[in-house]
Amino acid sequence: MKFNAQDKIAYKIASRAKRRLPEGRDYKSSKKRGGVLSIFSFLALSIALLLPQASFAEEDIVNIYSARKEALILPLLERFEKETGIGFNLVTGKADGLLKRLEIEGDMTPADIFITVDAGRLQRAKDAGVLQAISNEVLEKRIPAHLRDKDKFWFGMSQRARTMIYAKGRVKPEELSTYEDLVDPKWEKRLCVRSSGNIYNQSLVVSLIEANGEEATEKWAKGLVANFAKKPAGGDTDQLKAVAAGACDIALVNTYYFGRMINSNKEKDKQMAEKLAVFWPNQGGQGKEGRGVHVNVSGAGITKHATHIKAAQKLLEFFVTDESQKWYAEVNNEYPVVPSAPISETLKSFGEFKADKLNLTVLGTNNGKAVRLMDRSGWK
Amino acid sequence: MKPQTLTAKPPVKFFIFKKPNRWVILTILIALIMSLPVLVVGSAIFQPLNENWQHLKEFLLAEYIINSLILMLGVSVGVLSMGVITAWLTSMCEFPHRRLFSWLLLLPLAIPAYIIAYTYTGLLDFAGPIQTTLREWTGWGIRDYWFPEVRSIGGAIAMLSLVLYPYVYMMARAAFLEQSIGALEASRTLGSTPLNGFFRVALPLARPAIVTGLSLALMETLADFGTVQYFGIGTFTTGIFRTWFGVGDGTTASQLAAMMLVFVFALIMLERWSRKRAKFHNTSQKHSVIKRFQLKGKMAFLAWLACLLPVLFGFILPALQLLYWVFTTAEETIDASFFSLTLNTMLLAMAASIIAVSIALLLAYGRRLHKSQLIGAGVSIASLGYAVPGTVIAVGIMTPFAFIDSALNSWMKANFDISTGLIFSGTVFALLFAYTVRFLAVSVNAIESGLGKIKPTMDDAGRSMGLTPLAVLRKIHLPLMRGTVLTALLLVFVDVLKELPATLILRPFNFNTLAVRAHELAADERLADAATPALMIVLVGILPVILLSRAISHSRAGEQ
Repeated sequence: MKFNAQDKIAYKIASRAKRRLPEGRDYKSSKKRGGVLSIFSFLALSIALLLPQASFAEEDIVNIYSARKEALILPLLERFEKETGIGFNLVTGKADGLLKRLEIEGDMTPADIFITVDAGRLQRAKDAGVLQAISNEVLEKRIPAHLRDKDKFWFGMSQRARTMIYAKGRVKPEELSTYEDLVDPKWEKRLCVRSSGNIYNQSLVVSLIEANGEEATEKWAKGLVANFAKKPAGGDTDQLKAVAAGACDIALVNTYYFGRMINSNKEKDKQMAEKLAVFWPNQGGQGKEGRGVHVNVSGAGITKHATHIKAAQKLLEFFVTDESQKWYAEVNNEYPVVPSAPISETLKSFGEFKADKLNLTVLGTNNGKAVRLMDRSGWK
Repeated sequence: MKPQTLTAKPPVKFFIFKKPNRWVILTILIALIMSLPVLVVGSAIFQPLNENWQHLKEFLLAEYIINSLILMLGVSVGVLSMGVITAWLTSMCEFPHRRLFSWLLLLPLAIPAYIIAYTYTGLLDFAGPIQTTLREWTGWGIRDYWFPEVRSIGGAIAMLSLVLYPYVYMMARAAFLEQSIGALEASRTLGSTPLNGFFRVALPLARPAIVTGLSLALMETLADFGTVQYFGIGTFTTGIFRTWFGVGDGTTASQLAAMMLVFVFALIMLERWSRKRAKFHNTSQKHSVIKRFQLKGKMAFLAWLACLLPVLFGFILPALQLLYWVFTTAEETIDASFFSLTLNTMLLAMAASIIAVSIALLLAYGRRLHKSQLIGAGVSIASLGYAVPGTVIAVGIMTPFAFIDSALNSWMKANFDISTGLIFSGTVFALLFAYTVRFLAVSVNAIESGLGKIKPTMDDAGRSMGLTPLAVLRKIHLPLMRGTVLTALLLVFVDVLKELPATLILRPFNFNTLAVRAHELAADERLADAATPALMIVLVGILPVILLSRAISHSRAGEQ
């Protein structure tokens, strides 16, 4: 007769229970107890280790919620700490998630500064009532008016231009003119743009609605979709690769992705970049047509319930020093917001351009309108 | 001593309040706390529909539903075919490298779906090595030939199937190994072929386990955001994000999420129903060593190939691509902070898995003790979290937590003049809670299937000897289900390693995980730089996966 494990244990318990029961209700084996205890003490220990060591209530510190990725903000913050002695605590994440967190935390929030990579989200934060107005001479002097909030709730830190990159040889720059012209039948099956879920596309559409009205823009979006060479997917870099590989001839992208491709240490990327060139649309022409290239900003605002307002202002001022502005240009090929700040060689090679002076506040207020318009036009 | 099987079901009690009991109260309380985030989201269904819902219905809803259904259907076919066939081959047949395959087949579990999507896009899109080489060889231009587009719904089905089939494989293999060989042998003596025996005996016996694996895979499919977003496919999850953040309408987004929960609930019901219809504890206590069917020649090769392909495409190829990227970027991406990041992630995953499994044990055992519908419904709702996108869970957690924090803070201020600040939200506590809610289904499923195999007579025997219910759990069930508990722990561990959206929103200051690091670089379109943390997730995940495989093999008496 073979016993299986279940029978064996049942037998063991039966015999033990008989033996122990007279002594009372104690059938705890100290050895087994130890096992469970050690598991829970491990648990307690690991939670203790995971708890943040830094305190965020001190005086000389600034707490940051940042939608700018760690790699593109941390080096700057470390330099800030070294220069000013003001420490920092950082959480990075997606702007929408962090904004939601700010909203829910309300007056309990530890965050002093909210950083995003587009003006639309800053405006949304302002509308949600989680930012406060800041009067700061340095910021107001250095940042041009159209790149900061008119009510002083947020300030642009770097500019990002969304423009056309075309395939040299297959497209002559003379053929290109405006965003509006991209719906011309001659571009059929020649355009590459990422999906409409992307905030930069949404902002671009807002700027078009501002210039031409909603009806015309919806017609434009439908025409654009009709000229797509492929279904929108992937990121801006993927669109550039598609143009380089010949799957399409023109891509609408943010310039820094192109800059990154040029400066890549991979031979393959450089070869691809060789085949591409920048075109700045809407430079001349009458009225709205000559409004300039669509630009967005990355920027920051001080939270309504910030406890370290002075330190936070110092950080904002630090972001617009020539040195920091140059750093953005060099590390990520973004354009400075401070007109006098130097730009990188790569950016110089793109040539100068006229930017759309659209007040970026509308990017936030009209974003939903743009998304619904893109839904209707079939822009996936 | 004649082995007995208790098949008579105890009567289902509807009114548990007749006899209030510590276990009932505890189980319902825990289930309620765990359901809290899902209920917070689900409550949006009672809000009036606004014009954004109209817009959604008019332009997008049909697409979301159809795409989600196609995705689920495709993934079902993918994971079932890969999972069941390989499970059968490795447990019942003998062919070269069988034992090696038995654990290699689990490895894709360690790769997050969005990572495999990135690697295949890198390999297969027109700028990737395969198409470039093709063009160089043939001299074709890019528009001269047709090549399957990775970034499509078919691609998404393939990606998700490749990383999710191990759930089915694992469950099916455990079921096949645990089946008494007697039934199968009896079918052979009655003249059925091995194949026939598989379809008519083994498969029906293993069906509950297979459906459990399938429902886990499908819940992950529904909750997936990274893959479908990267591929530009409109599903419930992408729709929720678009409505919430693009249009800025949290209410409509929650309503969409609540609608998705209906899908999930159907899945859970399907799983329950399948398990209820086939409730069997092993009828025979004899566990003779499986006499594996010896495959020879062409058949052996086919079996070998059938096991190789999922491993090759689900693990080896993507891992190689990652490794290649790591070599090109290692200097910049590996520094001191990288190792503390790894340690951090591992500790977090371990702590979360212990918590989730402890709670799952209490819930599953509470349900076993008191078969009331109230408890059953409570446990089911608590398991919904697995199919809800992490971001939605995160918001569902932050809302009540911030409320508690704020109440606590004002109370402390009023009475003691101390400001407590954020205690629950914005700390590791919130993060661990989120992981528990999100992955409770995985551990509950594993534990319930383990508990289900223990005959109820064991409980009766234990109780009649004077053990309390808790002591029965601790002294009888836990030792018997050691393998199961380990399985549950490891599954949650691997899932937490890969978790991204909830971590992104809930993590405290200066706190990073491997998945977050990988995501940040990948989202910045620096795929090659993202490879180092991604590969580390895979490496950290492999060890538990191998342990898992051993646990399953050893779950069968007489199996080495």
